[in-house]
Amino acid sequence: MTAAVETELTTTIHGDRVSLLRVLGPAHVWALGVGIVLVGEFTGWNFAADKGGALAALIVCWIVGLLYTSVAMIDSEVTSTVAAAGGQYAQAKHIVGPLMAFNVALFLVFAYTMLEVSDAILLGDTIVAKAGVEGLTHNSFIAATIVVLAWLNYRGVLMTLNVNFVITAIAYVSIVILFFSVSPWTQGAVLKLNELVTPANALPYGWIGVIAAFQFGIWYYLGIEGTTQAAEEVRSPARSLPYGTMAGMITLLIAAAMTWYVCASLMPWEYLGITYYPLWDAGKLTGSPLLENLLFIATLLAALASANGCINDAARAWFSAVHPKYRTLYRSILFVLPMALAFAFIADLNQAITFSILSGVLQYTFMSINIMMFRKKWPLGSIRRGYTHPFHPLPAIVLFCLCMVTFFAIFLGFGSQLIAMTVFYFLISLWFHFYRYKFVRRGDQFSMPWPRPQGY
Amino acid sequence: MSRYVPPEQSKAGQIFDIAIVVVAIFVALWLPLKLGLAGAAKSIDPLDAKTWDALGQNATMASIWEKLGYTPETAHDIIQNRFHYIIDWPTLIIMAVVLVAYFVFLFRASDREYREVINEKFEDK
Repeated sequence: MTAAVETELTTTIHGDRVSLLRVLGPAHVWALGVGIVLVGEFTGWNFAADKGGALAALIVCWIVGLLYTSVAMIDSEVTSTVAAAGGQYAQAKHIVGPLMAFNVALFLVFAYTMLEVSDAILLGDTIVAKAGVEGLTHNSFIAATIVVLAWLNYRGVLMTLNVNFVITAIAYVSIVILFFSVSPWTQGAVLKLNELVTPANALPYGWIGVIAAFQFGIWYYLGIEGTTQAAEEVRSPARSLPYGTMAGMITLLIAAAMTWYVCASLMPWEYLGITYYPLWDAGKLTGSPLLENLLFIATLLAALASANGCINDAARAWFSAVHPKYRTLYRSILFVLPMALAFAFIADLNQAITFSILSGVLQYTFMSINIMMFRKKWPLGSIRRGYTHPFHPLPAIVLFCLCMVTFFAIFLGFGSQLIAMTVFYFLISLWFHFYRYKFVRRGDQFSMPWPRPQGY
Repeated sequence: MSRYVPPEQSKAGQIFDIAIVVVAIFVALWLPLKLGLAGAAKSIDPLDAKTWDALGQNATMASIWEKLGYTPETAHDIIQNRFHYIIDWPTLIIMAVVLVAYFVFLFRASDREYREVINEKFEDK
């Protein structure tokens, strides 16, 4: 690997240039990526079983794993080269153009804010379910989660991601403990996969159900690309970003496989497909109070870690002034806060997850085209790359094809919503291109010290 | 190529533009919820005989349902609540056209803007 070229987001306050702090290492990158995603094992992935059966949930776990491996490979190359806060926003600005960057920023803010909303709803619902108190609602827990985590993010990135590392690690270890506690090598004692997933019910809707399951299969890994948002705050982007992202992806593939195996072996697919707490339920069904309580706490920690990481990433995608003391993107954090609070109270978990997935898939479609343009405009050898991903263009083609399948899957469940959101992006793009763009300083949009792109 | 100097925008104008984006985000997310367009086509296929056997549950499944606190009567609406995947071709075609049109516009308009950025950035080189 060679050193990446870096740019910095700075704010000038009273004549002093204030920038984000370079204080993060690979462990923080891992904590950011896995922290955002791991909640998907605690809720969300199991709705894939509802859409297509237990076996469909496993098939999409693998195929969507391939989609995200492509995302991680592509992202590692582009981000370790365009090492700037904003992640895919900064990539779009330098490779495709200002309008695309504007859209990508919206994809990111939508995806992360709705994911944060889902996390807060899950946390509130989990506490209410555990308390079992008549009349207790999740509202105060949701509001407290969003506000406290926004405050933590406001105060500093190092503490934010240190917290994320610890709570993500605890949540992850709880899945490993559950897995080894149920004697996974023996069927019949605790796990009863053969009796719960039978030839008659493995794919209750046939292959159309497998395709439909892609929608929630995304939830196994949604947000791993968020590691790129730390690009401007890691000490060595060329090393930390690819290592952190790839390690995160491997971690998640293992967690997803363990989660599916334990849950599908402990509960019928019809129940697995509708429960909001598959791992907590799995803990209950083992009959061990220790495992039940461990998985309850882990569900809360996973939701907290994810919401925490989402606030971090949404703020970097929105991009604004740096706080003079805490060196955080404080205005962005405050801007996104009311939006998250508002949707936490009007959307339910299923819908918030779908909003997030929709924006994520639009973003992955962009990434598959973006890497092709990146390689064409700056072929290998023309600029220094932090990391060069192998097998190009295969990951881009795989990613693009799987995005198309996922759009079809979303159509099968939320077609009207997909059309409404695309129309929104279309209209807002027209507004930007024909009105807002006139206020943009052209030359300032390209800050990398690269040669002129080929073909321009 | 001469350097493009954007017009100065007033503070009020900037706040108005931010408000437009925020309102548009809210409308895009909230409207489908309000109009009841969110959610998949799922409905209950009712059964007369509400037994574990009729619900297609073997002894192991039935014991787990009972451990979770369900009876055949209370589990009926969960087990029989099924998706009915019907491809609505006109909606699918509209969705495909909207998506393709959006991405084509996005890349073409971005490319026009990008050429201006590159020309100004590299004008002296």
